[in-house]
Amino acid sequence: MWPRPFFQWAEATTLGEMIRTSPWAFAVIESFHLLALSVIGGAVLIVDLRLLGFGLRKQPIADLARDARPWLIGSLIVMVVTGVGLFLSEPMKCYNSTPFAVKMTCLALAIVFTFTVRTKVTMADEGRVRPPWLKLVALVSLALWFGVGAGGRWIGFSK
Amino acid sequence: MTLLPLCEWLAGTSGSIALRESLFTYPLVESAHVLTLCVFLGTAVMLDLRLLGLTLVRVPMSEIERRLGPWMVAGFVVMVITGVLLFYAIPVRSYQSIFFRAKVVTLVLAGLNAFVFHSTIDRRIAEWDRDPVPPRAARRAGARSLVLWAIIVVAGRMIAYNWFDCDKQPQRPIVNALAGCVVRSR
Repeated sequence: MWPRPFFQWAEATTLGEMIRTSPWAFAVIESFHLLALSVIGGAVLIVDLRLLGFGLRKQPIADLARDARPWLIGSLIVMVVTGVGLFLSEPMKCYNSTPFAVKMTCLALAIVFTFTVRTKVTMADEGRVRPPWLKLVALVSLALWFGVGAGGRWIGFSK
Repeated sequence: MTLLPLCEWLAGTSGSIALRESLFTYPLVESAHVLTLCVFLGTAVMLDLRLLGLTLVRVPMSEIERRLGPWMVAGFVVMVITGVLLFYAIPVRSYQSIFFRAKVVTLVLAGLNAFVFHSTIDRRIAEWDRDPVPPRAARRAGARSLVLWAIIVVAGRMIAYNWFDCDKQPQRPIVNALAGCVVRSR
């Protein structure tokens, strides 16, 4: 499924080598990965809960989406940058890992969905999108991000 | 006083052994612990950022507490249950981990911070409910909460590393003291 030479190239990068041989680099990078996870969790949930009719349901959806947006984008950038670091430290393990494939697939879908359909729906004028569709958008968003998180955690469990 | 004998007894119970040696249950519990971080800490972070006046500034603080509080508490309950199970699976090593100990101490501090916030400035929330930037005492509580929870997350993750484990001697005396290692003298 994946181009093997890319993983072999990644395995040979200096940065990957540095992270792999350092006793603490992986741990530090992963800590930032986890901290950003908390932030992105909040930024996604606050909007998706609202779409589902929970949480701050008195607030206009567009307002919440606008407030959450910088935190969503900021934490996503930290997640991706630290994620690349974690990946570079063990590309061949990722190459053979099903959870990694699941995670990357979900991540690509989640990013595309979030910045196209979900942005459009959350920014639409109040009442233009019917509640069942709002709920569907929230469920798809939550399912995709859950796939990213669960897949990510499972990379560490698989050999 | 040491809880080591208690932890050793716990490690020998059938439930602890079953969980520790399980193929899927332990990873599933750990995954639930990590992913619920999004629910618990995600909502807590948004609440703290609101206290700092950094997001949701048009939403009254009382509404955030009332509407997001239950999600935070529900997430926290799952965190505690799964966290206790993770400790139950590996009691002795966890008890003697300096990271686990740091995490427990910081958890207590985070609890104290929340308690002080609720019993002081949060009592007078009506006075600043709609302020885009809450008063200094509220901002401080939010900032302290963010720092403490960041330490808790990082310390929790570091428990997985065996750098300072008791069975990995020699360690520095300070490490052995903090971890409560029982080092046999030669």
